[in-house]
Amino acid sequence: MRLEPIANPGLMRRLAPPALAIAGSFLVASLLALIAGGNPFAVFGAILKGAAGSKFALLETLNRATPLIFTGLAVAVAFRARLWNIGAEAQLYAGAVVTVMLGTGALHWPSLPLLVVIGVASMLAGALLLLIPALLKTRFGVDEVVTTLLFNFIFLLFVSYLLEGPLKDPMGMGWPKSARLISEARLPRIIEGLRLHWGFVLALVSALVLWVINTRTTLGFEMRAVGQNAEAARFAGIPVTRVILKTALLSGGLAALAGFSEVAGLKGSLTLDLSPGYGYTGIVVAMLALLHPLGVVVAALFVAAIFVGADAMSRALGVPSYLADIMLASALLMMVLAILLSKFRVVRD
Amino acid sequence: MTASDQAQQPVLRLSNITKRFGALCANDDVSFSLGRGEVIALLGENGAGKTTLMNILFGQYSADAGEVEVFGQRLAPGNPRAALDAGVGMVHQHFTLAGNLTVWENIVLGTQALTAPRLRARAAKARIADLSKRFHLAVDPDAKVGQLSVGERQRVEILKALYRDARILILDEPTAVLTPQESDALFATLREAIGLGLSVVFISHKLHEVMAISHRVLVLRHGRLVAERATADTSHEELAALMVGGAVSSPKIAPMPPGPALMRLSRVSSKGEGHAPGLQSVTLTLHGGQITGLAGVSGNGQGALSDLISGLAMPSSGQLEIAGEAITDWSPRRALARRIGRIPEDRHHTGTIADFDLTENAVLETYASDFARHGWLDWAAARAHAEALIQTYDVRCPGPDTAIRLLSGGNMQKLILGRVLETRPRIILANQPVRGLDIGALNYVHTRLAEAREQGAAVLLISEDLDEIMTLSDVIHVISQGRLSPAFARGTMAPEALGRWMAGDGFAEVAHAS
Amino acid sequence: MDLIDILTSAAFWAAAIRIASPLIFATLGELICERAGVLNLGIEGIMVAGAFAGWIAVWAGLPLWGGVAVAFAAGMAFGLLHATLSVPFGLSQHVVGIGVTLLATSLTFYTYRVVLPEVSSPPKITAFQPFEVPILSQIPLLGPAFFAQTPLTYAAFLLVIVVALVLYRTPLGLAVRAAGENPQAVAAQGLSVTAIRMGAVIVGSGFMAVGGAFLTLSAFDSFFFDMVNGRGWICIALVVFGAWKPGKALLGAVLFAAFDALQIRLQQTPIGAVVPYQLFLMMPYILSILALVVMSRRAEVPAALMVTFNKGER
Repeated sequence: MRLEPIANPGLMRRLAPPALAIAGSFLVASLLALIAGGNPFAVFGAILKGAAGSKFALLETLNRATPLIFTGLAVAVAFRARLWNIGAEAQLYAGAVVTVMLGTGALHWPSLPLLVVIGVASMLAGALLLLIPALLKTRFGVDEVVTTLLFNFIFLLFVSYLLEGPLKDPMGMGWPKSARLISEARLPRIIEGLRLHWGFVLALVSALVLWVINTRTTLGFEMRAVGQNAEAARFAGIPVTRVILKTALLSGGLAALAGFSEVAGLKGSLTLDLSPGYGYTGIVVAMLALLHPLGVVVAALFVAAIFVGADAMSRALGVPSYLADIMLASALLMMVLAILLSKFRVVRD
Repeated sequence: MTASDQAQQPVLRLSNITKRFGALCANDDVSFSLGRGEVIALLGENGAGKTTLMNILFGQYSADAGEVEVFGQRLAPGNPRAALDAGVGMVHQHFTLAGNLTVWENIVLGTQALTAPRLRARAAKARIADLSKRFHLAVDPDAKVGQLSVGERQRVEILKALYRDARILILDEPTAVLTPQESDALFATLREAIGLGLSVVFISHKLHEVMAISHRVLVLRHGRLVAERATADTSHEELAALMVGGAVSSPKIAPMPPGPALMRLSRVSSKGEGHAPGLQSVTLTLHGGQITGLAGVSGNGQGALSDLISGLAMPSSGQLEIAGEAITDWSPRRALARRIGRIPEDRHHTGTIADFDLTENAVLETYASDFARHGWLDWAAARAHAEALIQTYDVRCPGPDTAIRLLSGGNMQKLILGRVLETRPRIILANQPVRGLDIGALNYVHTRLAEAREQGAAVLLISEDLDEIMTLSDVIHVISQGRLSPAFARGTMAPEALGRWMAGDGFAEVAHAS
Repeated sequence: MDLIDILTSAAFWAAAIRIASPLIFATLGELICERAGVLNLGIEGIMVAGAFAGWIAVWAGLPLWGGVAVAFAAGMAFGLLHATLSVPFGLSQHVVGIGVTLLATSLTFYTYRVVLPEVSSPPKITAFQPFEVPILSQIPLLGPAFFAQTPLTYAAFLLVIVVALVLYRTPLGLAVRAAGENPQAVAAQGLSVTAIRMGAVIVGSGFMAVGGAFLTLSAFDSFFFDMVNGRGWICIALVVFGAWKPGKALLGAVLFAAFDALQIRLQQTPIGAVVPYQLFLMMPYILSILALVVMSRRAEVPAALMVTFNKGER
């Protein structure tokens, strides 16, 4: 077989991939649900109900989507410049650590300036954490996939050390857990009484800002040029190394906001299970969104719904909730294949 | 027995081969046959469809229509294995060798069943030694291919075919990477092979080689076989006319006094990339109002010089001066700021970004300086600029929102040319500016470069095509192994003399004298 | 206990060899893939799947070697998925690899929950027992360190020799090496680049899975969710460290494992009382990054690694 480029793919061909990938992942999940003894219709019904069946469920989905929007944006901005940041998980924790360091009483400021400072400091921490692999890539040509992955393990151990040492809550009865944030350092709820905090709005705003950066600014143009063809970009005078480093700062900063928003908005303190793999799930979110910032919002909502719904479904029907992870992994693989088939046709020779 | 008698028992027959790539018809109903011991030259411009035709014969592409017969047997399409087993060997223009393997490993690759328990190394080396002696193809079987010179690599390619007992050899532009002297050695080998009953298809666009080696000439133009001549009955001039299909109108280069020295390289050395040589103490002055031609076999330091001028590389020693000012800080962006226009060698991968549209490609070098304020892009202005370029430089395209990969090579090159010339550059680097272009686009590019010269720009024209260099240049340098010959004024050097410099002769005396 | 005592004790080297064994399998698997030109980031997930598949097969009643075979087959299945997407379709090897890791991991955890819905701690199996090689195991120091290991460890070392012989002494190995260096060279000699690369990825993935199965069938006797714990990523660093050569990769794996065994022992020394244990646990990952940086300058990376080959490309 051989792949032949399609000159001008029509709208259908371009919009079909995400739809097909999602449909395909539902098919895979149905088969697996059957194997586990669940009726697929009942399973998906339960997932839907669990994700959006009540006001509580809906809010839970939005809350779960918030960190995924941040990590999805982080991955999307990096992948667009062909910087393979698989370390959003570590960067998320970097943001969370800084939030706890500054938010548990180190600074006694009014709420708004305090939150701004904490947010910015979190972003800096995440940015610096990704800067190291980015520099190893630009200086030594070390593949950033492996280094960012390894950093996830290193940083999680570091967090574990912090939670058993310097950041340990003295009132925590021995649990590896940080002290709680002071109330000024908490992100308030959007509407009193509804369990949804301003982190969600911050995520939406971040998506909008990134969209503007991508389409309207020289940096956005440079990042895309470097991603599409670094050699041509360098020849045209685009400072490729600097663009990669800027991308790393932006990506790491966005991922760190996920940690800030989770700790300051939802949890109020830091534990080692703050993220059930939001950094890795961000990759799926970004790919399903075709790396488009606004698409990331939609994809994050979808992914969050699957997760929240699968938890409820698992409780009700006994089909393991890992079904959600399988759906997303298979959606990711089918997505990249579908994108390819939207640009190329398979020819037999 | 004469060549034409031999041709009566064809060893190879191509019938009605047609191959399309999208809208482009690369081969249009091509038929010919090859006799035992015969050498056919397949002549045609770049893009005429020669390589495509041979790739079909060798099974790397499958034809849309038509068939190939070898020794009377129909060849299964799309399968190099079938061609190899039938006795067809191909020496590709871009060598198909694995650099981390030794010579013998490259040669035996694929000759034993993959299920065989072990490589027969000793027998293979003995056979290779025998073949290289018989065909004067000296090469060390245990050498790593990555360490070989271009000429040696070609010998390995030929040995690969001979090792498999090829009866038909296809050579795709074999002399493009060779000096005239190495080419002569290759021809000696080929004559040896013909004497042993092998048949050869020789692809070239160099007329004198075609006249020297072939029995018959087939001329391809725009994918069609337009003429067939016995070599003895034709002439240089006739073949040239057949090849281009009309009078070649190259721009007039009227003599004019050289302008000021705009760029000066003094004893500049630089590192080459990978196996390509760097520059060795190169001294070169580019004057305004002059086209300086750089002749040489590809891979002799042209890349290093071009990288240096485009801002991609710094001299490791020596001095680079622009308009009398020594350069210490150098990058593509600084080169652009110094008003150096650059037409890169590879327009598909270096000159443009394939999936970017014409607007984005048109402002690739100027988006920051001319189309942005405080980091905000003015896409309306950029689009207007692209539309103007499309108009002025006759870029045939559906519009500025088209992805540039959908354009033909000629139109792509016109956009690059426009992008360069619109900045009114003082110095223009044109690296292989017309390679692979059809005659219309070729003339257009040459004419525009000649105009830029008249307006006082200093043009450095790098080309492997000696004719192009000799037609357009006011002064000519030859580059060989990273060294630069003295400047030769227009019309003072015969092609043969330049060829000797290309082979590296003459440099020793210069070094001695200085 | 001071450093000299540790480094000269047979128990220490026995532990190092044991820790090295799964790394050797998986590193060889990755090496085969990369020699053919495909970066296989599915390694981490494939090791998880292999660990589970081998263990559950033995738990279900298969003999231990049957478990190894099942793990190998599971690895090949994921290898087939990776190869199909990354070779003929030429999709980004980064994305496909991450996707395969996510899929293999989640499928494993799902299956575990489906098969063992009620258990709070996973059942144990009877794992491979150490086998003392007659005579050789009597050699002082070396004997107990190298020749009192489980059969699966001996298999790992044997596999290094087999892979090296195949790569350098057979037509198949030659084709694999050429495919990773210049696929055009392979195609021009009438061989199928697609078949060679797919085959390498499938077989290589099988070895990765056996590396995972070593954890459940030899090192431990049960399956835990986080037992692979980044070993796959470390193996990718080991391939670079070993300059894509089986012998050097073996050396790297043993060195690395010795370091790992050392940090475990150091935790019990006075140093371990002062330095937080997390720092020791970080060392393998930090070491991997350092290895990548140091080797980046002189590594002989296969020229066509991550370069897709599309037949008849223009």
